[in-house]
Amino acid sequence: MGTIEDRARNFLSVLRHCQLLGITVEQADQDGLVLKLPYSDKIVGNPVNGLVHGGAITTLMDTCCGISTVCFLTEFEICPTLDLRIDYMRPAQPGEAIYGFAECYRVTPTVIFTRGIAYQASREEPIAHVVGTFMRMGKPDAAGQPSRTIDGGAA
Amino acid sequence: MSQDAASIETLIRQAHDSGDYEPLIDAVPYAKLIGIQVQALGDEVLFRLPMSDDNIGNPVLPAIHGGVIAGFMEQAAMLHLMIFMNSPQFPKIIDFSIDYLRAGLKKDTYASCQVWRQGRRVGNVAITAWQNRSNEPIATARAHFKLD
Repeated sequence: MGTIEDRARNFLSVLRHCQLLGITVEQADQDGLVLKLPYSDKIVGNPVNGLVHGGAITTLMDTCCGISTVCFLTEFEICPTLDLRIDYMRPAQPGEAIYGFAECYRVTPTVIFTRGIAYQASREEPIAHVVGTFMRMGKPDAAGQPSRTIDGGAA
Repeated sequence: MSQDAASIETLIRQAHDSGDYEPLIDAVPYAKLIGIQVQALGDEVLFRLPMSDDNIGNPVLPAIHGGVIAGFMEQAAMLHLMIFMNSPQFPKIIDFSIDYLRAGLKKDTYASCQVWRQGRRVGNVAITAWQNRSNEPIATARAHFKLD
């Protein structure tokens, strides 16, 4: 079982693409999750000004919203993303890490509604606002397979 | 990392002139990281994301990370809009919304785009991504871009 932060770290540790981007857990408790995406040249989307690609921010926030489910669920469940929306408030400062905060604001037996903010210096100056909805597939069996078949969502 | 604006503008112009957008997409580090390829088929453009272990999120299925699918579709939309408008610069993303319809399995993924509206300041692009058949999408998305 472990603490919420342990479970968030375990969850993140198996996501290979997140390791490629260097995403780490900053903080996790019952109020939500903070992940960190370090700046690197390989995630640049605009080679002229060095701005981070929206795809890397989407990956940070999809991961953050998805793992924020451990702040609410006491046992691990596989929760594929149903949908995700990102609104870009301002460009991220090149060269600096981007943080993602996410929280579950409504949990039902079938879906989990999450929302989050991507930011750098302060959460009061968001780079992006995010909302994401996740499916509850139930607890995995001994082989690691979810109790409901996944054909309705991505990881 | 930053390249000077003039060399990128030259790369964009050359791509528009030749219809070969591979050198341009290779100049976008994130697109290169996840491995996006682009192919012009007559007047249509097809985007391809070859299967890669580094793009995996869920290790159990295994499935491509949802963020990678989104990043692939966002980059496809951006380049599609540039091609559609013959634009000399990268449009800026305003918002992006994606619906995941099926798991993106560990295989090649394709995407095509449709510009639904190109105004003076904002463009609206719909994106469809699939693996086996184009009429069985794994995800649909839409994006707004600021056109300057």
